[in-house]
Amino acid sequence: MSSKSRRITLTVNGEAVARDVPVRLNLVDFLRHDLGFTGSHVGCEQGACGACTVVLDDQTVRGCLVLAVQADGCVVQTIEGAGNGDNGLMAELQAMFHLLNALQCGFCTPGMLLSAHELLQANPLPSREEIRDYLSGNFCRCTGYQAIVDAVAAVSRARREAPAA
Amino acid sequence: MKAPDFDYERPADLPGALDLLARHGAEASLIAGGQSLLTLLNFRLAAPELLIDIGRLAALKQLVETDRHIEIGGLLRHCDLAASPLIARALPLLHQAIGHIAHPAVRHRGTIGGSLAMADPAAELAACCLALDGQFSLLSTRGQRWVAAGDFFQGIYATALAPDEILTAVRLPKGEPGGISIFDEVARRRGDFALAGLAFAATPQAGGLKGVRLALLGVADRPILARDTMALLESGPLNQARVEQAAARIVGEVDPPEDPAYPPAYRRHLVGVLLRRTLQRVLMAFSA
Repeated sequence: MSSKSRRITLTVNGEAVARDVPVRLNLVDFLRHDLGFTGSHVGCEQGACGACTVVLDDQTVRGCLVLAVQADGCVVQTIEGAGNGDNGLMAELQAMFHLLNALQCGFCTPGMLLSAHELLQANPLPSREEIRDYLSGNFCRCTGYQAIVDAVAAVSRARREAPAA
Repeated sequence: MKAPDFDYERPADLPGALDLLARHGAEASLIAGGQSLLTLLNFRLAAPELLIDIGRLAALKQLVETDRHIEIGGLLRHCDLAASPLIARALPLLHQAIGHIAHPAVRHRGTIGGSLAMADPAAELAACCLALDGQFSLLSTRGQRWVAAGDFFQGIYATALAPDEILTAVRLPKGEPGGISIFDEVARRRGDFALAGLAFAATPQAGGLKGVRLALLGVADRPILARDTMALLESGPLNQARVEQAAARIVGEVDPPEDPAYPPAYRRHLVGVLLRRTLQRVLMAFSA
């Protein structure tokens, strides 16, 4: 197999990165294998499961459905770098997932957190239906989702009752 | 799986992209948002020698309003359209449909041009464009032509696009004041491919409907118009009897393909359910 590659430069979790990458390499494999950010998981590789969710230029994307070369010049965040300047939102989500058992094996959790984080930043008081709708692209095969929706709703409620300083 | 080997070019402008496509044609694939193509590559159902990345071409990201039409650049993403007040006001059918397209992370990348060029029979925007009698701009180094949605979709993943053409824009007529637009579908989970779906547009007239457009997705090898049912709905006042007549008519009008999980009879049933729900909403709007 020939190795057609390109030089890409991008910002990952706040740090400038330059690498030569095979053009067929997808973003999540680049983040995991070239940069060591293994918090983004690889599940289905067909865009169905959401385990590979990362943030590309401030929006969640499927890491398996973006080529690393397409992220050239972009700003990427993985779960390892998420939560900067968010007024504690990601930390609260993580603590509430832990408290309410919103994870078992944890495979889906980084993607679930990034999606929930994006939802609450855009819509601080979502209904349970809106939470389920927003997380519909993140599959969890352990919890049955109830505890995950509970955790996102609990963070939303807690922030309304005691807005962070 | 991982994508097969291919080469990659990211032309700086539209002429550059057209030139590459003219030279490589059938051996190349355009990539925009990649939300369908990368799935096909990862499954190794597609094996282009070259990907031409048009995802950053600003010329294809315009949203233009004219007296009678909205022209949507092919590279506008589902999330761009969902956030557009212009689309919400002038093309409410599209606005409703976008919420049914996959999931937020996919809507952040997927484009209208990419979805239409892919021509999945269950695609929401394809059915909307057919319902609204949209026109697609197909551009190549040979020139530009406009093709009607009804002529564009030619089968599963098959379109009127020539190997050297790019779908650069979609032109849709603005909704009439007082017009009714309803999009609905049935999927196993939110965001899954629809088992059946319906894009409906009409204008109320004297207790009935005129200008009825009714496109179906997921029940044939391409989006289709339910022409017999459209004619029935324009033939007199809308009431409960007419709703039942129309639901029976549309069930007889579709012939879904065999599918091991979902027998044709089930999809036909769903089309009747969707139409009944849609027309009940119309009746409720009438009485409001």
